[in-house]
Amino acid sequence: MSAVSQDTAVKTSRVAQVFIYLTLVLFALFYLLPLYVMLTNSLKPLSEITGGDMMSLPRALTFEPWLSAWATAQVGVSPTGLRPYFLNSILMVVPAVAISTVMGALNGYILTKWRFRGDTLLFGLMLFSCFIPFQIVLIPMARMLGLMGIAGTTQGLVLVHVVYGIGFSTLYFRNYYASFPTELVRAAMIDGAGFFRIFWRIMLPVSGPIAVVTIIWQFTNIWNDFLFGASFAGLNAMPMTVALNNLVNSSTGVREYNVHFAGAIMAALPTLLVYIVAGRFFVRGLMAGSVKG
Amino acid sequence: MGFLDISHVSKAYGAVQVLHEVDISVEEGEFIVLVGPSGCGKSTLMNMIAGLEPITKGDISIRGRVMNGVHPSKRNIAMVFQSYALYPNMTVAQNMTFGLEMHGVPKPERERLLADVAKLLQIDHLLERKPGALSGGQRQRVAMGRALVRNPDVFLFDEPLSNLDAKLRVDMRTEIKKLHQNLGTTIVYVTHDQIEALTLSTRIAVMNKGYIQQLGTPKEIYDTPANLFVATFMGSPAMNIIPATVRVEDGAPYAEITDARGHLQSLKFSQANMAEWNGKEIMLGIRPEAITDIDGADRKSQNIQRFSNIVTVTEPAGSDTFVTMTVSGRDVVARMRADASVAARDSFEFAVNMDKAVAFDPKTEARIR
Amino acid sequence: MPIQSRQADLRTRLQDLIPKIVLAPSLAVVLIFVYGFIAFTVYLSMTDSKMLPSFDFIGLENFGRLFALPAWNTALVNLVIFATLYIAICTVIGLGLAILLDQKIRGEGVLRPIYLYPMALSFIVTGTAWKWFLDPGLGLENTMHLWGWTSFEFNWIKDRNMAIYTLVLAAVWQTSGFVMAMFLAGLRGIDNEILKAAQIDGASNVALYRRIVIPMLRPAFLSAFVILFHMAIKSYDLVIALTGGGPGRATELPATFMYSYTFTRNSMGIGAASAVIMLMTVAAIMIPYLYSELGAKKE
Repeated sequence: MSAVSQDTAVKTSRVAQVFIYLTLVLFALFYLLPLYVMLTNSLKPLSEITGGDMMSLPRALTFEPWLSAWATAQVGVSPTGLRPYFLNSILMVVPAVAISTVMGALNGYILTKWRFRGDTLLFGLMLFSCFIPFQIVLIPMARMLGLMGIAGTTQGLVLVHVVYGIGFSTLYFRNYYASFPTELVRAAMIDGAGFFRIFWRIMLPVSGPIAVVTIIWQFTNIWNDFLFGASFAGLNAMPMTVALNNLVNSSTGVREYNVHFAGAIMAALPTLLVYIVAGRFFVRGLMAGSVKG
Repeated sequence: MGFLDISHVSKAYGAVQVLHEVDISVEEGEFIVLVGPSGCGKSTLMNMIAGLEPITKGDISIRGRVMNGVHPSKRNIAMVFQSYALYPNMTVAQNMTFGLEMHGVPKPERERLLADVAKLLQIDHLLERKPGALSGGQRQRVAMGRALVRNPDVFLFDEPLSNLDAKLRVDMRTEIKKLHQNLGTTIVYVTHDQIEALTLSTRIAVMNKGYIQQLGTPKEIYDTPANLFVATFMGSPAMNIIPATVRVEDGAPYAEITDARGHLQSLKFSQANMAEWNGKEIMLGIRPEAITDIDGADRKSQNIQRFSNIVTVTEPAGSDTFVTMTVSGRDVVARMRADASVAARDSFEFAVNMDKAVAFDPKTEARIR
Repeated sequence: MPIQSRQADLRTRLQDLIPKIVLAPSLAVVLIFVYGFIAFTVYLSMTDSKMLPSFDFIGLENFGRLFALPAWNTALVNLVIFATLYIAICTVIGLGLAILLDQKIRGEGVLRPIYLYPMALSFIVTGTAWKWFLDPGLGLENTMHLWGWTSFEFNWIKDRNMAIYTLVLAAVWQTSGFVMAMFLAGLRGIDNEILKAAQIDGASNVALYRRIVIPMLRPAFLSAFVILFHMAIKSYDLVIALTGGGPGRATELPATFMYSYTFTRNSMGIGAASAVIMLMTVAAIMIPYLYSELGAKKE
């Protein structure tokens, strides 16, 4: 999808133009409203929230809620803030993204350039695994993590995310490499390069765009995951999403909405930042994930 | 025993047989063109020579060494691909020396070979560019350069000119021919373009449906096609194929054909053995340039036959004028000098050079010898 | 002439083998962790597992009991309401915004990212924001009262009959921009000459879209439907963060049902059975879709 609006043959009248812009702007407000509310209210003292209206800008600007959400707020039973869980998420996301991307790249390379009988079926099996409702694997996964001795740990979560992320990363690289001319691989074979050398010297140097797409996709999905985190993480490995949910639903004490909002934005910040910096690739990933083949 | 021997080679994908018992023996320094329509098996055969596809049955050997199962990089071959297959992330110099590097040739040696070839192909000024910054013709040269630096036993060209525009294609064709004449390398060249095949090769293998239809010099293929397929595939415009009946009169065989008005006319055969076909149907094959006006007829011919017919269409094409008429219910094309005075719908007296005519058995489609 | 074996040389055989060796771990992982686990869960659904897995086979009894449970039937009805509205509204908004954005709009580069950003958020964040926004005492209703519109009432999230629609609202907010992007890509893929030809044929703008453009977006409709459908069935995070399944069981979906029966109510057999039903529903849509997508590309 290009950012440049292309020449459209459709002509619209003045009145229609006004209507179009009005509708588009209204929807933009609809999408921005919750973010605006969260942001403004995360900078207000609690009294201003419970007593005032949610749309107004803070009268007494305060960063207290942010500090509290980060370092001192009650999450579950302990007053640690979200900081340790933010670190947990990073410790989980980085290896899970790295491993699933590398495996996806190799799989995509093999499935397009070293084809063998039954490779399409195999790819179909991998692809379907992206779309299963994960409830179907929760019970055996819990047992398996126990058997492997990594139940409740970050390593366990990394394993889970790698396993269920391979399908998508393979899909991305496969579709990308499919349009990469096979003649190049044949030329390199005649030149004397082998499996890994072709991958390293010929394929990888041109894989930049799809690697970015895959990394962003995996990062967003794994960072935003809640089900696996809630099911398999112990207290010490709890990721950000689960901690945020605990923070918001802590039953003890006063509900500090401003702290909740600060926490929610913190949980959203990494993926939001990626979206702002590399939105083009993010969109391409979404599209590639929806239009298969 | 040739330099490159393809003996009884077959290829099957599951139950589908795409090549049947192919036999070609190539001498050192020959320029062999495999030509045929798409799906005829020519590219499969080339990939098998390169080692990119396994051989189902038969042997391929180079310099007497059987190559079945030998890795492509160990066959001492080089290949020029249709898309050129230049590595997009490497410079021209890196592209050309990648194979040498993979084969462990030391750097100074690589640079010397690179410099020689770059000079030969006049691409010395492009060496530091990436393929994306080159024109089609330059990429073509680089792809050939990459093959040349390896100094292989056999060069394989897989439709190397089909991505170029018409003019550049003719220039590069000449370039390749010069290169072959100067270096005396052994070349196997795949194309679907019969003109490329005729102009470049020392010998042509015409292929169709997985069979070699005919293997011979361009002249043999053009003048004495082995069957109807070769006759119509090679040459442009295609050879005219006219249903005819053989009649013997006074001991001489004639081909009886019907003109546009429905009148029977006879053309005397040059080949006496056609008498054996007395009373039978044949397919008469005559190249367009063997049908002319009377002044334009080949003076060396021993057997010019007159034939009058109504002209359907004339198509002036600069140096020649193509004239279409109906004979025995088929469209027949004649190739005239540009200044022959011929007009559509007129009756015209044609001269047919029967020395150049061939006849085919309508059942087997093979040429009657 | 040296006699040589017709067998492939070591290098060729190795090059044939390496790809399979490299692919093997992924294949093993998928076979065990996806298909093995599916088989295991299917087996569990036919046992009398309670808190821990048991291996006493009881056939399809769990499925009978599952469909006799009011909670499961509530979850199913909720899913039908939620999925239908979610898919329909997302498609309408997505298509509408895409068509409007495709009219040579100035500022498209600003608007498009705004429509799409919610897709980058976690459902937990979305749920947290909307939960508060919809809370009558704090959010929209309260604000309207403060602005002087005292009769304004918007308490769906506390209303058993309406709470399911708040789920639709939040989910549509999160994904409709993504659907817009899919349709926009489809629109941009349509050959402009076809549109010009239709205009020369005298088609009005409405006829142009209704008769030419929208029919040509069929693939985008199909993809959007498949994606939204599987997201609807998998919806779990949003329910947890927005309503927690309440009030009462008003927003219980199969995904939350499965979780609570398996892990908090110690009815693993029933939970497994509900997961199997979920899988079968997704498979009924995804398998034909993937089959046609992959089959079409086969040479």
